[in-house]
Amino acid sequence: MEEVVLNTGDTAWMIISAGLVTLMIPGLALFYGGMVRVKSVLNMMMMSFGALAIVFTLWIAFGFSMVFGDSIGGKGLIGDVTQFIFLKGLDNPTALIGTIPAAVFIAFQGIFAAITVALISGSIADRAKFGAWMVFAGIWATIVYFPVAHWVFAFDDFVAATGGWIANDLGAIDFAGGTAVHINAGAAGLALSIILGKRIGFGKSPMRPHNLPLVMLGAALLWFGWFGFNAGSAVASNGTAGLALLNTIAATVAAVLAWLLVEKIRDGHATSLGAASGVVAGLVAITPACASVSASGALLIGLVAGVICALSVGLKFRFGFDDSLDVVAVHLVGGIIGTLMIGFVGVDVGLFNGGGSSQLGKQAIGVLAVFSYSFILSLIIGKIVDLAMGFRVSEDEEISGIDLAIHAERGYELTDNTQGSVFSASKGA
Amino acid sequence: MKLITAILKPFKLDEVKDALQAAGVTGMTVSEASGFGRQGGHTEVYRGAEYTVDLIPKIRLEVLVDDADSASVVDVIVKAASTGSIGDGKVWTTAVDQVVRVRTGERGSDAI
Repeated sequence: MEEVVLNTGDTAWMIISAGLVTLMIPGLALFYGGMVRVKSVLNMMMMSFGALAIVFTLWIAFGFSMVFGDSIGGKGLIGDVTQFIFLKGLDNPTALIGTIPAAVFIAFQGIFAAITVALISGSIADRAKFGAWMVFAGIWATIVYFPVAHWVFAFDDFVAATGGWIANDLGAIDFAGGTAVHINAGAAGLALSIILGKRIGFGKSPMRPHNLPLVMLGAALLWFGWFGFNAGSAVASNGTAGLALLNTIAATVAAVLAWLLVEKIRDGHATSLGAASGVVAGLVAITPACASVSASGALLIGLVAGVICALSVGLKFRFGFDDSLDVVAVHLVGGIIGTLMIGFVGVDVGLFNGGGSSQLGKQAIGVLAVFSYSFILSLIIGKIVDLAMGFRVSEDEEISGIDLAIHAERGYELTDNTQGSVFSASKGA
Repeated sequence: MKLITAILKPFKLDEVKDALQAAGVTGMTVSEASGFGRQGGHTEVYRGAEYTVDLIPKIRLEVLVDDADSASVVDVIVKAASTGSIGDGKVWTTAVDQVVRVRTGERGSDAI
């Protein structure tokens, strides 16, 4: 590898980007938390915070090495877990990756792993044991996310000499994680909603979002954090980052318009939940494409994602899987749309831009590979966790509320006159 | 003595309260309530899924009055609360055995 030197502009932008993507975790917690009923808001938010805690710990231990270590046997399937185990040689002030400190790149990419796992939790709202979720999160990150991120994000000669097959051999374009993050999480969400089964009363009794302002706030924080996610994926402070930033806004506003139009025409009302959902659908769809389309291409991707994701929400009722907060309709479907549409509107490579159909074929292979791998492995891991420790809370606990049953807390205390009779001081020292 | 209980449309509360004060009523208790009558519930839409919500928000207003004032106070409430459309609510009276003002210990009509 040629000699690299630290670039302060790149470093500054990537430190900020790492902060921005970290903000997506509480953003997602609020987005999901507002959408569930009062009795499970804390559990919903805890699944995001818990995913961050377990996944980033594994990331430091061996995750980074599995993703960015030299591809074992040069096959592009999985990185060498021993090469950077416990960040060997990288967690110091002088090691560089590209033009930035290795530490910054490691932190930035580690949050990608955490947010991908956190996204899955939306499919199992109100009913998953927290401990089982944490075990699943750790195993899933290890067996599914780390390999897939190696396929997609590990370019040859960037961190290590040999990288993943989708990035290098296939040549599918996935700038910030349409496949590795969103299709991956969406497929796992579908699998887990099948493993855990439907909530009591699904499709019969109302399961209304308990706090839509929280959902709107969460969507706004996700959007803000996504600037780091997409523009930060340039791993540089340059024109590519700038274009990614612009397209991240363009696709998102188009998706909001599209989702609201679908609602107005179909249901008669443009809703705040629809606007927040449109925001996330647009962000998801532009994620793989943000550096390889024009602004008008981004608008088109957003419009298509807004319409199709809004219509896809009905699939769970038709096929009877309780994907509670629509991880499938927003992340799986949105991820597929964004990844495939590069094949149509990608600058120079898209069918509409004189690039022929070869890129579209590569994109489709990337979609199919990640979806199949994630869906099948997620079914297996979910089933094993369920058999080993029981993934689902009891019927009693589900009805009375998972917050109180699992966490011994309630999200809201709206009056101050609940009298306790026994108080015991902290068990801590 | 009578306890007058009124179920009202929430937006009518201010008018009813002002009318009662103008009629010389000096106290009342107001709470948020939910329920349904002939008006039935309403429909909400979340990501395209329609929910029929049976219980809709109402205001429950309670006033203690002397027997002699009961009919006129009920009339004041009904007049102020009426919009003529379905869902305006109901007013009823209940006989009350005893009323005590906590601060002074006054009983009966003196406590109202």
